[in-house]
Amino acid sequence: MSHSLTLDRPLRGALRLPTLPLLTLLTLLSGGSLLLACSSGSIALGAGELWLAASGHGSTLADTLLSLRLERALTAWVTGGSLALAGVLMQSLLRNPLADPYVMGVSGGASVGALLALWLGLALWQVDSAAVAGALTLSALLFLLARRDFARSSGTVLLLLTGVLLSAACGALISLLLTIAPDAQLRGMVFWLVGDIAGTPLRPWPWLVLLPAALLAWWQAPAINLLALHGDHALTLGVPVAMLRRLLLVLAALLTASAVSQGGSIGFVGLMVPHACRLLCGPDLRRLIPAAVLSGAALLVLADTLARTIVAPMQLPVGVLTALLGVPVLFWQLQRTRRRLA
Amino acid sequence: MLHCDQLTLRQGRRTLLQPLDWKVRAGECWWIAGRNGCGKSTLLATLAALRHADGGHIRLCGQPLPQLTPRQRAQRLALLPQASHDAFDYAVQDAVAAARFAWSDSGDTPQRVAAALDAFDLGRLATRPLQALSGGERQRVALASVMAQDAPLILLDEPSNSLDLAHQAALQQQIGRWRAQGKAVLLVSHDLQLAPACASHALLLDEHGAHRQYPLAELGAEHLAAVLGYPLTRLHHAGHPCFLPGHPS
Repeated sequence: MSHSLTLDRPLRGALRLPTLPLLTLLTLLSGGSLLLACSSGSIALGAGELWLAASGHGSTLADTLLSLRLERALTAWVTGGSLALAGVLMQSLLRNPLADPYVMGVSGGASVGALLALWLGLALWQVDSAAVAGALTLSALLFLLARRDFARSSGTVLLLLTGVLLSAACGALISLLLTIAPDAQLRGMVFWLVGDIAGTPLRPWPWLVLLPAALLAWWQAPAINLLALHGDHALTLGVPVAMLRRLLLVLAALLTASAVSQGGSIGFVGLMVPHACRLLCGPDLRRLIPAAVLSGAALLVLADTLARTIVAPMQLPVGVLTALLGVPVLFWQLQRTRRRLA
Repeated sequence: MLHCDQLTLRQGRRTLLQPLDWKVRAGECWWIAGRNGCGKSTLLATLAALRHADGGHIRLCGQPLPQLTPRQRAQRLALLPQASHDAFDYAVQDAVAAARFAWSDSGDTPQRVAAALDAFDLGRLATRPLQALSGGERQRVALASVMAQDAPLILLDEPSNSLDLAHQAALQQQIGRWRAQGKAVLLVSHDLQLAPACASHALLLDEHGAHRQYPLAELGAEHLAAVLGYPLTRLHHAGHPCFLPGHPS
């Protein structure tokens, strides 16, 4: 029987594409979403105009539109990629396909930190740092409260409940901050909270978080695979489990904080994208990590383009769109889990 | 291969294992027997460094256990845990191949994985996702992973769980092959037929942390009966000793 086995060419079911074509396809999709975002808007730019503007020979209007749209699209790209990667890492860390920075309250922690800084009227970099501090604090709290639930299958429920409770606590703190905030700050805080990329300047540090984090996670992918497969017992297979868990926790928190400080609370990207990618390429993280980053980025660029064009001249917050897309996906996953338990 | 020196285990204030001096040599298979909750799995977890010993020392292949890195430990010791829970749909062959993590890839991974799949009759299931397997099939994947890990000391916690008769026989043969290759096996089992057929020695644990060691030839029904709390009869069947519950009359 083993003679018919071809281990160098794993067959993972009809839906699953080989690695190279898959990643090429997703790279093209990801780049294509940027082009689409640059060309669409109240004044559409054709391919020729885009090319002229990009090479510096376009009209002033096209130049301005391109730089505005590209900046916004790149911000959406890095935010979506960060959220999707954070989702993949949290799901592997918690051994639970329902984990995501939004569900587990990590983005809530970042929001509380950032809103606190906004309420105090601090500078932009201080708001960013406060978001990072909030996300890290919440992750540490989650890890501390639920560290015994990782190994047990029955721990899944406890773990999710812990996340939901922390998330609820953050929600209460956010409401409190909004209630006591002076009117001058309130509008900015609310808009920030809804999840929107409009008006966020393109910043270097989210890229400096996403790129090293993705490389580090990809390099550690075989170990993370074992952690996702075996939990605590990955130690007996040679994985330094305690160190790896801390690494994943810090990476997920940094990615979440970076995404939240750029786009506010954008829900469900971290949940939806890893799911869709697992269907396409299987759970192996050497494929899943690049696939999730590329498709998360593309999804948010497309969602943001849609958000600013669908009811133009009005702009929807992109978080509204991702949540409306994400909730049915979550229901579908729950239904699948139900069928498996039955 | 494995030396325990005054090894003590506690859970809360309860003593699970009174100081134990124990030597496991290459080619031996130890049957670890005792009632539910007497600390068999805790003993295996301690030997696999998943928890700390509450007293005494453990040496693995001549080196103190806590001084080994996880990778060095994984090259010397493999553990089959009692239960596993799968959150993600890895394919069977990927799950087995992942057990080679501790070894740098010298190009022989595909052959080793294929051999392990073959030994536990998993060739046909190689591309199936884990979550689509039955309990017995999942158990065989776990056994194949242990085989692929290729460590000289193998810790098996209830390996015959959910296995059908033919696969229990295959497991027994594989344990025999491991012993012939100079590996040592520690076998926690309630199977009164499979375990005595595989083992060369027995370590009996009672509920108060007391323990006795026997070569299997000297393990009488009365010794085992005293620990398990049920009368037993020792028989010789198909070339191996085995135990049956109840008195011969």
